[in-house]
Amino acid sequence: MNFLETFKVALEAILSNKMRSGLTMLGVIIGVLAVILLVSIGEGARVYITKELTGLGTNLLIITPGKTTTSGGFHPPSAGTVRKLTYDDAQALRRRAWLLTDAVPIVLGTGRIKFRNLGRDTMVIGTTPEFQRVRNLFIGIGNYVSQNDVDTKAKVVVLGTKVKEELFGDQNALGQVVMLSDARYRVVGVMQKKGTSLGWDVDDVIFIPVTSGQDLFSTDSLFEILASTPRAEDVERAIAQIKDILIKRHAHKEDFTIQTQGAMLSTMDTILGVLTAVLGGIAGISLLVGGIGIMNIMLVSVRERTREIGIRKAIGARNSDIMAQFLIEAITLSGVGGVIGIILGVGLALLIPLFVTVLPTSVSLWSIAMAFSFSMAVGVFFGVYPARKASLQDPITALRYE
Amino acid sequence: MIELRDISKNYRMGELDICALCGVSLSVKQGELIAVMGPSGSGKSTLMNVLGCLDRPTGGTYTFEDREISAMSDDELAHVRNAKIGFVFQSFNLLPRFTALKNVEMPLVYSGVPGRLRTERAIPVLEKVGLQDRMFHKPTELSGGQQQRVAIARALVNRPPLLLADEPTGNLDSRSGAEILNILSDLNHQGVTIMIVTHDHDVAARCKRIINLKDGQVVGDRLRT
Repeated sequence: MNFLETFKVALEAILSNKMRSGLTMLGVIIGVLAVILLVSIGEGARVYITKELTGLGTNLLIITPGKTTTSGGFHPPSAGTVRKLTYDDAQALRRRAWLLTDAVPIVLGTGRIKFRNLGRDTMVIGTTPEFQRVRNLFIGIGNYVSQNDVDTKAKVVVLGTKVKEELFGDQNALGQVVMLSDARYRVVGVMQKKGTSLGWDVDDVIFIPVTSGQDLFSTDSLFEILASTPRAEDVERAIAQIKDILIKRHAHKEDFTIQTQGAMLSTMDTILGVLTAVLGGIAGISLLVGGIGIMNIMLVSVRERTREIGIRKAIGARNSDIMAQFLIEAITLSGVGGVIGIILGVGLALLIPLFVTVLPTSVSLWSIAMAFSFSMAVGVFFGVYPARKASLQDPITALRYE
Repeated sequence: MIELRDISKNYRMGELDICALCGVSLSVKQGELIAVMGPSGSGKSTLMNVLGCLDRPTGGTYTFEDREISAMSDDELAHVRNAKIGFVFQSFNLLPRFTALKNVEMPLVYSGVPGRLRTERAIPVLEKVGLQDRMFHKPTELSGGQQQRVAIARALVNRPPLLLADEPTGNLDSRSGAEILNILSDLNHQGVTIMIVTHDHDVAARCKRIINLKDGQVVGDRLRT
């Protein structure tokens, strides 16, 4: 008996009991759908974060005070600070580290900004003009903090669009004087609207010169120095150069940490890859349950068709013919269920971002291939036992079965 | 054609060994028409199952067309059932989901005959048993006699040399039974060896040879003249 013939017989058996076959398939459909959907959500998160981080530039170097032995991860900004990074450190890098295009000193804090009777607590970033280039955040109206502002510790502020809207509404903010922690600052510019990036609202911040920031927060140290190289290949040499310069300035101690955007990227990639695998695994369990449903229904089917098995054997079916008949029936159930599950899963994965914009999805070919082959494997695995049971029936007992 | 020597078939029932066949020896020549008779429990059906390769004897040797059946593998037995032996059962044993034609084609499926050729071969056999008008009916839409004729057509479609019928008229009214007997008798005239298990003396009366079984043994084997 050839394959096509067996397949036809299997299909006929499936169609002769549509309700039952449909319900059995539903288990596999839901399983495959869940695998594809959850994996595409996990993949979507990975692709989104990778894109966001890459958007910041993979040539980015982040120098933070204190030495941490782990590399490439996140750590609390204040942990283990031995010696501070100073504005002069940044200046030294700027002058002497020729591999770097920029070395931007940054102070970070929160402050209350007030205009007339309106006030808002917001994040305050003290920077230099190069910050715009390093972080891809650009001035919209007016001017950004200038080098002259930095040199003279000018009390000028550039507003993020959200802060501007909260304090000034539609009014012009340029030239207005705002209060920032009891000091008077003049608004010189408003940033371009950027939106949320990696959970950080870039529009809800204000920028002041780094030197003014140190005064504001009463500190002579920096939160970090952002540096960048013109090409990704220069990153390693640039790190060496930075170390060389800073160690000499820091009494020959390496009391700072250099992180690269690339290292952070690969860490995030790993974390989210694991997350995706876990999601897929959980969904896989539902596929397994679907497989058990197939086995259950196949066992019922074998029992119901005991007499048919006896008749087929009496007219010359070999054990392998009977085995193939029931196995192909099981595989067809799971295979068709798998295909329907893929169609629904991919469809849903493509639809979800249209309605839930915060949930990016990415349908990957490997998840489709994996879900389908897994569903087929489930059909084989859970089909073999009932099919074998069918094929080993004694023809005489089977013929007498009522 | 068939040579049974000292065939026995034992079943274990609890502690007891019960023999359904206890040393049956007989030989069947090509073209014979044989009735197998005997009271219930005498081993008639067991004998048919052994002859039809559905069951293996526990002892003795069974030679069919010079081949030793007892030594065959399951697959070889399936092949013998498929190509060499036609079965007709008391309860017809047709597949209810399939039409008469599909039922008749079924043995050809297992001998690997391709689709179109199967239909070409099944139709004349159905015509032979007078069912040319009922080919596309399902068994439930046919009378008992018609169902049994479909079963005979199915048994014949692979042109087996041996036809085994286990009380083929047992479930039929006398008119349908007579029709079935006519068909079997015609087939025998065309050279098919036929063995019929029956309780019915009228059936036996149409056979040339009558074998009597009792308690798993042959107690009578006579030719009618």
